[in-house]
Amino acid sequence: MTARDEVLARISTALGRARGEAPGEISGAAAIPRRYRRAGATAAGEGVPAGVGHQAELVELLVDRLVDYRATVTRSEPAGVADVLAQRLGQHRIDSVLVPDGFPEEWLGAVSAERRTDDALTPAQLDGIDGVLCTGTLAIAETGTIVLDSGPGQGRRALSLVPDYLLIVLTSDQIVAGVPEAVARLDSGRPLTWISGPSATSDIELNRVEGVHGPRTLDVILIQAARPGF
Amino acid sequence: MTVAGKTYLGMPTAPPGVGQLRGDESFPDAAETALANGQLRRNLANATSTIRAKRAAVVAEVPDWQELRAAAAAVKDDVLAHLDSYLVQLEARVTERGGVVHWARDANEANRIVTELVAATGSREVVKVKSMATQEIGLNQALEEAGILAFETDLAELIVQLGDDRPSHILVPAIHRNRTEIRDIFLSEMAGVDCGLTDDPAALAEAARRYLREKFLTTKVAISGANFAIADTGTLMVVESEGNGRMCLTLPDTLITVMGIEKLLPSFTDLEVFLQLLPRSSTGERMNPYTSMWTGVHPGDGPQEFHLVLLDNGRTATLADERGRAALRCIRCSACLNVCPVYERTGGHAYGSVYPGPIGAVLSPQLTGVADNPSLPFASTLCGACYDVCPVAIDIPKMLVHLRERVNQDKATSHRLPTPESAGMAAASWAMRGHRRWTWLLRAARLGRLARLSRLSRSAAGRRLLPPPLSAWVSSRDLPAPPAQSFRDWWAEQ
Repeated sequence: MTARDEVLARISTALGRARGEAPGEISGAAAIPRRYRRAGATAAGEGVPAGVGHQAELVELLVDRLVDYRATVTRSEPAGVADVLAQRLGQHRIDSVLVPDGFPEEWLGAVSAERRTDDALTPAQLDGIDGVLCTGTLAIAETGTIVLDSGPGQGRRALSLVPDYLLIVLTSDQIVAGVPEAVARLDSGRPLTWISGPSATSDIELNRVEGVHGPRTLDVILIQAARPGF
Repeated sequence: MTVAGKTYLGMPTAPPGVGQLRGDESFPDAAETALANGQLRRNLANATSTIRAKRAAVVAEVPDWQELRAAAAAVKDDVLAHLDSYLVQLEARVTERGGVVHWARDANEANRIVTELVAATGSREVVKVKSMATQEIGLNQALEEAGILAFETDLAELIVQLGDDRPSHILVPAIHRNRTEIRDIFLSEMAGVDCGLTDDPAALAEAARRYLREKFLTTKVAISGANFAIADTGTLMVVESEGNGRMCLTLPDTLITVMGIEKLLPSFTDLEVFLQLLPRSSTGERMNPYTSMWTGVHPGDGPQEFHLVLLDNGRTATLADERGRAALRCIRCSACLNVCPVYERTGGHAYGSVYPGPIGAVLSPQLTGVADNPSLPFASTLCGACYDVCPVAIDIPKMLVHLRERVNQDKATSHRLPTPESAGMAAASWAMRGHRRWTWLLRAARLGRLARLSRLSRSAAGRRLLPPPLSAWVSSRDLPAPPAQSFRDWWAEQ
């Protein structure tokens, strides 16, 4: 008997099924009691009707959570993004910056750092670049989480990992309240990276230390409007 | 013998002689050594009180915590009730997406599969992201015997590996070490470390970053565990903080993931429950810094060869016991360790298994069979704090009582004479059955003398005053001094 057949047979026996009895139909998600909040709620636990007020509240909550994780958040009007972006790179002395395919060109107008593209760079080559820019897929206000799915403007997973400085540009309409709304919007078939603050460890006397292996700096630019082309 | 359902008898458990589920000594003996270590107790008390406060604060933010907990318990019970169907579904999805699924009956088989997979790549080095399953099966040792070097990349695991130590906590394996001890380990064991290294946590983390970076950039094979696998999509998931997990999961050419067969969720939607419960329960954060999810192989992004090893190693034996099965709901958050008064004083090593604390006391004996871990179900005060914090609502105290029954029953069947415990309990049962007997006994001065003797007996010299088995009983228990007058006598007088 193969290991596969044996483990499956053991499970069947352990569950008390008679020999040869087929396993029951799997019930899937439908059978689970889901009395928890699934949409339209904030951390205060009160359902807030979706709309302009709701979205403004989510922006404040997300900023609060991101800052709590020691990320830096800069807000910008759509017209000012290029200047804010260049200013952030300058402040962190980023001389070379990796720009993934699909990152909006109009946001790069004022960048003076050397621009690199991802020409199948090796990990060691990525390590030689100061910082990386990317867009995000969505952000979760309650938990201060930004989700990347390697889509346009984001590039493959290694890009947001190896360089020491990561700048993510988000638009306020990409913010959802909680984890359930985020899970509902995501495509499970894509590689997903959820980022909540910069790399950190709590392994030494449970003191939080930022920056172990991932980027030590997480810079976020939050645009108070919809993303161009969306 | 009615307690033992017929099914779990004979179901193969985790084999002895491999991996880390059994201690060299019983819990009371190991605990006695740990209790004498004042530094250990200070390190643990600091760490557990810090993390308890953090967890309590972020859990209090979530108004629907109990509803999330109920859903999580129901999801995991659904997984266990249809485990074979969900595993077959997972296997199909992972295979469709370019992954290769392997099945391992036990630790030996899993170690052999992984060793052969690494050997086939031609690589003699692997980077590893912290994994309870690979610790459980002793994978690093098996690889070493095959001439393959495994580098642990989680900071705490690295501290443990460099210190030639054993992990003592599920989440923070080096919780028993303070910063000075960690600096000393780095100075003596880490190649190329600056000899002026201070014990500042930021400096220690920086030293680990420098040490591991080259490994991440050049190693071609990685080994991971998995926090969850999603049956309906074939998605695997790892939560972590440092980025070492992302390094292992994305940079190498080949990824080998070893996962216990119970770590399934039926659907991608179920993540909405578990990604709320797990980080808040484990590190006391609203969300852990990094979560990675991948489904088979993603062309042009990450490892282009992916192997998933599904591990039984005593899990089906656990599944067979209806009253112990819920231990397989465990998502390894470690909340139960941090609230446990026994864990806080003895530390994780006393449990002898990679799964310490309350969950270890119910999981390890089931994975190995209770005969191989008979003292663990007794390593608890049954105070119930572990049940209160468990995000998947495992009733650990109730399960401990059930496993104590199984241990006693196992001893009864292997001893011809009654065990001292069962003889003592039978005598107590007789005495308590009639109120006249009980009143008489309370009055008897002998009980008072016994209690006084028990206090004496806790000193090494005094322990000889009571004969075995009573000496063993009182060595780890405080008996209250009997009152001068019983309530019944007082009542009669009034």
